[in-house]
Amino acid sequence: MKDSALVVAGMATLAAGTYAFRQSGQLLRARITFPPRAAKLLEAAAVILLAALVATTALTEGHGFSGFARPAGVLVAGVLAWRKAPFLVVVLAAAAVTALLRLLGVS
Amino acid sequence: MRSIWRTLDRRGLADIGLTCVAVFFIGLSYGAIAVASGFPLWVPAALSVLVLAGASEFLFVGIVAAGGSPIAAALAGLLVNSRHLPYGLALPPGVTGRRWGRLLGTHVMNDESVVFALAQPDPGRKRAAYWACGLGVLACWPGGAVACWPGGAVLGGLIGSAVHDTNAFGLDAMFPAVILALIVKDLRDARTMRAALAGAAIALAATPFLPAGLPVLLALAAVLLLVRAPATKASTGSDEEPAGARVRTAP
Repeated sequence: MKDSALVVAGMATLAAGTYAFRQSGQLLRARITFPPRAAKLLEAAAVILLAALVATTALTEGHGFSGFARPAGVLVAGVLAWRKAPFLVVVLAAAAVTALLRLLGVS
Repeated sequence: MRSIWRTLDRRGLADIGLTCVAVFFIGLSYGAIAVASGFPLWVPAALSVLVLAGASEFLFVGIVAAGGSPIAAALAGLLVNSRHLPYGLALPPGVTGRRWGRLLGTHVMNDESVVFALAQPDPGRKRAAYWACGLGVLACWPGGAVACWPGGAVLGGLIGSAVHDTNAFGLDAMFPAVILALIVKDLRDARTMRAALAGAAIALAATPFLPAGLPVLLALAAVLLLVRAPATKASTGSDEEPAGARVRTAP
């Protein structure tokens, strides 16, 4: 492994910085008094972020399209979840649909 | 710890358990890919324990393996992990623990533990779900990352190609599916759904142009769709407190 010292420095930076992100959001929350409505808005903001995360991890790989198999699996999972299927079914269906499509040659 | 078993029902624990099993297998592929890219096992092992955020670890290992600077790789990973700041802001106080417990509670904050916590209806269950998932991922992510080593000699031939190609099993679709399954409840509210779709659209539009991590942060702009304009005093008789925030002065 080339230049171990620099790699260790990079690892330490990533670890410390990530912990700082995890910590600072909570510190901000503790510093400010949020009325209940604003607190609900914060939770909704997290849901929006998570929805965006679903969309980007389902549809993209790096800067490009992820292929059809993965979003198809996630879409089926979404429909099942909307219809209140059990969590186990939703998650396994996503994997199964994606795997099946790839087996059939869809990327 | 015992209170987690009592607070969450068997269904809730099973859901978290299934997620942790998926995390284990993705961890297994992460460890194997890192080693195959030329890293000694202690690198993915240490990263998996100290960072505990898969997407950034894959990115870090990928950039360094491709010849990029480790510091640039760290910064790219930090961009991806920047979403933990809004997570920390959104989590109700107390979920991550008090005093010394909070040191660990802060570390196990990730997409999975946060989404499981937010999906619970009351603070007690939020805490229980957060900790159950957080500790489960803490065991399974590094567990998977290092498991490829003893497995390597014996099972290596068997699982080797399977591990490299977890995509063949659709494992990559499970992560978005888990999150989607848990936020669907909140999306049944029409306004939240509109804001979520707007946020998703923003993130998708930004993805080809911005480094990883930034598009999902940009999506937060869609929260503006949820902010109600305060009622004017002329139209309502009530003296409603505006939904602003007051800064608490430091003790």
